[in-house]
Amino acid sequence: MNKTLSVTLVMVGFFGLWELGVRLFGVPNYILPAPSEIALELASDPMWYARHSAYTIGACLMGFFLALVIGILASIGIVYSRVLENTLYTLLVSLNSIPKIALAPLFIIWMGTGTSSKVAISMLIALFAIVIDTVLGLRSVDPDVLDLTKSMRASPLQVLWKVRFPTALPAMFAGMKVAISLALVGAIAGEFVASQVGLGYAILTAQGMFQTTRVFAAIVLLGVLGTILFYLVNLAERFAVPWHVSQRGGAAATH
Amino acid sequence: MVQGRGPEPGRGDVHVSVRNLDKSYHLPKGDVFAALRNVDLDIRRGEFVSVVGPSGCGKSTLLKCIAGITGVSAGAIQVDGEPVVQPPDNMAIVFQRDILLDWRTVIDNVLFPIEIKRQPKEKWRDRARELLALIGLAGFEQRHPWELSGGQRQRVAICRALIQEPQLLLMDEPFGALDALTRDELNLELQRLWMSTHKTVLFITHSISEAVLLSDQVVVMAAGPGRILENIAIDLPRPRSLDTRETPEFGRHAKHIRALFESLGFLKAKP
Repeated sequence: MNKTLSVTLVMVGFFGLWELGVRLFGVPNYILPAPSEIALELASDPMWYARHSAYTIGACLMGFFLALVIGILASIGIVYSRVLENTLYTLLVSLNSIPKIALAPLFIIWMGTGTSSKVAISMLIALFAIVIDTVLGLRSVDPDVLDLTKSMRASPLQVLWKVRFPTALPAMFAGMKVAISLALVGAIAGEFVASQVGLGYAILTAQGMFQTTRVFAAIVLLGVLGTILFYLVNLAERFAVPWHVSQRGGAAATH
Repeated sequence: MVQGRGPEPGRGDVHVSVRNLDKSYHLPKGDVFAALRNVDLDIRRGEFVSVVGPSGCGKSTLLKCIAGITGVSAGAIQVDGEPVVQPPDNMAIVFQRDILLDWRTVIDNVLFPIEIKRQPKEKWRDRARELLALIGLAGFEQRHPWELSGGQRQRVAICRALIQEPQLLLMDEPFGALDALTRDELNLELQRLWMSTHKTVLFITHSISEAVLLSDQVVVMAAGPGRILENIAIDLPRPRSLDTRETPEFGRHAKHIRALFESLGFLKAKP
C-alpha cells in the first residue's frame, strides 16, 4: 500500500473513532473534546495560535541550533583531547542523568522569564543527543583511511574537515533527529515554569480555566509542529548525505 | 611533478634499504609482541618486490614501517638515502581494502591526494581521467563508489595512488579481497602499468603464485617473530602472462617457496 495513503487512513480512522466515541457516549468537552470541536477552536482564532506557535518554535529552533554549534565544537574537542574527554565528556554524561526539566526553574531564576531562559533549557536538553552521536561519528573513521591521510601527510585540520566530518554526518543526523524533538520539549518545559507567551503558556492558562478544548488545540499544534521539524531535519539529511547507505534506496552495487 | 631533485637517480641503485629492523608492540598485559625481528631488505630502483608469508608474519607491518606511518623499535630504514622519519615524498600506498570515500565521486576520490597536497585540482583533472581510462574506467568519473564492483573500486584506489606520481608504490595485499578472475586481470594490468612506468613496487601478498608472477624478487617471511627466510630472484621473461604460471620455471619457484613454508609447518596437510 502507498505510504501516504496508509498514513491518511490511520489518521482518519483514529480521529473518526474519537469523534464517534465522544458523541456516542456524550463525553463532556471539559473531559475530552471531539476532534471537530478542537478544529473549530483552532479556526476561531488562528492568529492567536500562530503567535504562540511562532514563539515556541522560535525558542525551540534557537535552542536546537545553539545545541548544534556548541555540541559540534564540544565533540571535536572531546575527540581530539584526552583531557576534554576525561572532564567535559564525563561531566556531560553525569549531567545527562539529571532530568533536565528539573533545572528549568533555575534558568528562570538566572535568566528571567524572557525568551533566553527557554532557549537555554531547550539547548541543554538537545545538547546531549548531539554530542553523543557526533563524538561517535567523529570516532568512526576507518583506521586505514587515517593511515592513507597520514601517508599523504595531511594536516589534522584536513583530516577533520575532509574525512572525520563527512564520516560523522550520518551519525550526527541521527542525533539531530532526536535533538530537534527534545528541543521542543525544552521550550515547552521553560514555558510551563514561567512565561507570558508560547504554546506551553497557552496550555497552562487554558488548563487553569478548564478550557480543555484549548489545551487539546495546543497539543495538536505541538504534534504537527514537532512532526514538521523532524521531517525538515530528515530533508536536510537527504541533501547532506545522499551517499549514505540509509539514503540510497534501491541503488545497490552491481557486483 | 618532477621537483628540483637534482639528477634523476639511475635504475638499479638502492631505493629502499631496511637494516636490522625490529618492531615490537606492547600488549596490554605487559607482554611484548615481536612483529618484526632483525629484518634486512634492499629494494632496487624500478624493481618489483613481493613479500609473501603467512598471516601474522609482519609483512604489513614492514610496509607500514617503510611508509613511515608506523614507528620502528630499532634499526634503520632509508628511502632515497634519507632516513624515514615521516612518510617519504614520492610514495603512495594501495591498501587491501579500497577505502574509497563514499561521499566523493570516482574522480574526486582519485583527486583526493591532490587536494590534500593543496595543488590545483583543475590542473590534475585531465590526468585523473587519463588514469581512469588507462585502467578501464572511462566514463565512470561521476559515479559513486557504491555503484562500482569490488574490482572497479580497487582500480579507483590504484588511480588514487598513481596520481601522486610516486617513485615508490607500496601495495598491501591490494587484490586479496577480490575474486580469482578479477585478481588475474588486475595482476596483468599491474604488470603492464609497472612495465610502462618502472616504478619501484613493494607488493605484499599471501599468494605464492601472485608473488612469482609479478616480481623480480620474492621475499619470503615467517611468523613468530616476523622475519625474512629467503630472498628469491625471479628471472622469468617479461611480459609474463597467465600462461607463465604453467611453465616449469614458474612451478620450480612456486614449489621452492611452498617448501620453505612447509619446512616451518605451514601448508602441511594434517593426517
